[in-house]
Amino acid sequence: MTSPLTPGLAAGRLDTETLARNFDDLHAPYDAHEARVAADRCYFCHDAPCTIACPTEIDIPLFIRQIATGQPEAAGRTIFEQNILGGICARVCPTETLCEEACVRMTAEEKPVEIGRLQRYATDSVMARQDHPFARAAETGKRIAVVGAGPAGLSCAHRLAMKGHSVDLFDAKPKPGGLNEYGIATYKATNGFAGREVDWLMQIGGITLHTGKALGTDLSLDTLTAEYDAVFLGMGLGAVNALTCDGNDREGVADAVDFIAELRQASDLTTLPIGRNVVVIGGGMTAVDAAVQAKLLGAQNVTLAYRRSRARMGASEYEQDLAASKGVTILTNVVPVAIHGNGAVREIELEYTVEDGGTLQGTGETVRLPADQIFRAIGQTLVAPQGPELERGKIKVTETGRTSMEGVWAGGDCTPGEDLTVVAVAEGRDAAEDIHAALMR
Amino acid sequence: MADLTTNFLGISSPNPFWLASAPPTDKEYNVRRAFDAGWGGVVWKTLGAEGPPVVNVNGPRYGVIYGADRRVLGINNIELITDRPLETNLEEMARVKADYPDRALIASIMVPCDEASWKAILPRVAETGCDGIELNFGCPHGMSERGMGAAVGQVPEYIEMVTRWCKQYYDKPVIVKLTPNITDIRYPARAAKNGGADAVSLINTISSITSVNLDDFSPEPSIDGKGSHGGYCGPAVKPIAMNMVAEIARDPETHGLPISGIGGVTTWRDAAEFISLGCGNVQVCTAAMTYGFKIVEEMKRGLSEWMDQKGYASIDDFKGRAVPNVTDWQYLNLNYITKARIDQEACIKCGRCYAACEDTSHQAIWMHEGRVFEVNDAECVACNLCIDVCPVENCITMERLAPGTIDPRTGREVPAEYGNWTQHPNNPMAKAAE
Ligand SMILES: Cc1cc2nc3c(=O)[nH]c(=O)nc-3n(C[C@H](O)[C@H](O)[C@H](O)COP(=O)(O)OP(=O)(O)OC[C@H]3O[C@@H](n4cnc5c(N)ncnc54)[C@H](O)[C@@H]3O)c2cc1C
Ligand SMILES: Cc1cc2nc3c(=O)[nH]c(=O)nc-3n(C[C@H](O)[C@H](O)[C@H](O)COP(=O)(O)O)c2cc1C
Ligand code: SF4
Repeated sequence: MTSPLTPGLAAGRLDTETLARNFDDLHAPYDAHEARVAADRCYFCHDAPCTIACPTEIDIPLFIRQIATGQPEAAGRTIFEQNILGGICARVCPTETLCEEACVRMTAEEKPVEIGRLQRYATDSVMARQDHPFARAAETGKRIAVVGAGPAGLSCAHRLAMKGHSVDLFDAKPKPGGLNEYGIATYKATNGFAGREVDWLMQIGGITLHTGKALGTDLSLDTLTAEYDAVFLGMGLGAVNALTCDGNDREGVADAVDFIAELRQASDLTTLPIGRNVVVIGGGMTAVDAAVQAKLLGAQNVTLAYRRSRARMGASEYEQDLAASKGVTILTNVVPVAIHGNGAVREIELEYTVEDGGTLQGTGETVRLPADQIFRAIGQTLVAPQGPELERGKIKVTETGRTSMEGVWAGGDCTPGEDLTVVAVAEGRDAAEDIHAALMR
Repeated sequence: MADLTTNFLGISSPNPFWLASAPPTDKEYNVRRAFDAGWGGVVWKTLGAEGPPVVNVNGPRYGVIYGADRRVLGINNIELITDRPLETNLEEMARVKADYPDRALIASIMVPCDEASWKAILPRVAETGCDGIELNFGCPHGMSERGMGAAVGQVPEYIEMVTRWCKQYYDKPVIVKLTPNITDIRYPARAAKNGGADAVSLINTISSITSVNLDDFSPEPSIDGKGSHGGYCGPAVKPIAMNMVAEIARDPETHGLPISGIGGVTTWRDAAEFISLGCGNVQVCTAAMTYGFKIVEEMKRGLSEWMDQKGYASIDDFKGRAVPNVTDWQYLNLNYITKARIDQEACIKCGRCYAACEDTSHQAIWMHEGRVFEVNDAECVACNLCIDVCPVENCITMERLAPGTIDPRTGREVPAEYGNWTQHPNNPMAKAAE
């Protein structure tokens, strides 16, 4: 029997039940009474700050009032009108820095209305029937190619289809959903939610999904622009930043996104090997997710090593607390200088840093941590497609998602702006509206 | 510790909290437990005439109105008077009174509106040793269709007549319980007084339909798809009850007539308010039905605590203190000019005051950059709506304009002296101030 104390990489450190419990819903769904009590706390603010804070501008006071008056499905519809992926957003949005941060009850008592959980209650009540709330407009005869079936692509495709256009949705991966399927932490989207959501969304009709089709190898932008009335690029960030330190190629050093993707796709978590001592390098959401999930898989010690101070971490305070509560050690102001080992990794050597007016300097002092597994989570980058102009490594777009290429729009992580699911949804939707306006002129 | 003892019509009880005539007082078992729990008095569930008892519906008899978190705000009922034999009730009352001599025990009665019926029941009630009787002229459903309850209470002449019979055939205090289902409560109160009533108690329940089932379109409570109006009670009716109490307390014709206050009493504060409006005690039903007999403990402790804080040694020290302050609109001081003030520190920026004033009041709140809300004195009429809808207590308050300053809304100086409508130049009937 393996346990958290088993040295090196090992699978099955925890039994099936413990793993099931560990990876279950982070926040249990509300029951009907809880939802009504939670909904009743909403003040129905004028020009509500929460709605302004939501990138998709969901009419939050309205949908919450619909829950309070006993119509969760109508509430769900209010959400889906603005955000067709309101279901996943309810689960993954860092509400503590979006709608809930803006809630006036934060000012009043530091306890916001639990908008995310209420949104989940409303969207679940619609999706429980797997019945689609929108009808497709009459066929327009226009054809649009959407590249990438992540949040941006799905949101764009749905809005276009709803308006009566025909959409060919291409994705390089075998499954649609983008990071909803391959990246989001397991406990945020349980029971195959990402897949069910895509199936539900596709019920609008008019969208043909083509998986295993990658732009650059299987498709070219020139062909797409020639064959379709418009093209939307929502391919996310396909590559990761490289870590430059000695021993970077040792066995046991991997990209956090690959580890998470493997975890998300594993049908039996007891078969997934994890180190006894795991070190995650980075300070964003991906780093936290990798660290927490390594811990939940049964690693004995998990350390998140970030080069700057805690305040500078990309992960929100809430995410940091979550990591701490699961037993992850957060080590700040350290950079990896060497990864030691004999073939496989055994130790990581980190140098302490100081920030001097924004520039980071090593102090010369180092520390060595035992490590059987090291995950790099120092950011993803765009694999740029041939054609559109870039801006700081991403596809340059206007407010409504137009690229420098005629007939080509883009949105989501592959364009500038915050890399969040909800932002991708908003950009996909807005680009669809602009494409529609352009094509129907 | 303040003394909560009350002496109502010569009937002494250790506190002013009586259970109103209703299911909580329908039998010996409950009443004993109520007294053990600390209730000062009990008005027994209304007795009917000798003979086969009334029957109740056998499906649901209550409807409800909820606030947040299923908090009961109001209940309505289609229950009738006691459905147990008269003899059983009388025997039980006698036993209870003997065992609880320090508590008030009142018999509530409703018999047909003829002298013989009253003459028949009163001596039998007297034999129980109870402290007085309450005439149920209030029940708005069922019994009223048979010419009793509210059917009597809505005709002042009947009230006077029946009260007179009771005073003739019964020698202990007679309390007349009034129905609110009437346009001017002073008329039945005057009739009761003229008939010789020792006191009035009010209110009984208000005719109501609490809700309609939107699947089968039956009013609730639904009896096989049909509903009948029921009597509404609970916290929701308190404002109506208090106004009626105040009307009687300040009517020159009934001023001084003892009143037992009923309607939505749920906490010590409700009781204190009723008493300040002239009530000698209060009666409680819905609060007990919602929370059980133990609720009286909070009421007693709370009232006592408040009295200690205020330095009132006994109930009489504050009884009726609010009555002189209840006046007619025409005597309100029109020179009392206030403006709403928003405390920026306390403001949580929900904007409810803005929406309320902008959409439905006087467009007197500015919404500045950064959700800063400020009152425009030139438009504020001091209606109070912003304060009412603000979720933060004391965030918005009313500030009185000092005499001699200019009211920016009217451009006129605030007068120092009192001035009401009867003296106002816009009033064609105005009399010059003396
Ligand atoms: C580990 C991790 C955790 C995260 N957690 C959260 C979270 O909790 N909350 C939150 O709001 N955000 C989170 N994010 C960010 C969020 O997942 C992204 O912002 C969001 O998925 C962006 O959507 P997208 O559609 O732009 O890109 P993606 O979701 O990346 O989807 C892009 C799609 O395009 C496909 N694709 C890529 N290249 C090609 C190509 N050449 N041809 C065809 N198809 C291609 C991909 O296969 C993929 O399906 C997380 C990100 C990561 C990595
Ligand atoms: C401040 C206020 C003033 C009102 N003034 C009048 C009025 O002048 N004339 C009238 O017929 N009703 C008046 N009403 C009653 C309303 O028209 C309405 O009948 C009542 O408020 C009940 O409806 P609601 O409680 O559902 O809003 C007034 C109500 C309020 C709250
Ligand atoms: S008191 Fe009335 S008029 Fe004055 S600011 Fe408040 S809501 Fe507006």
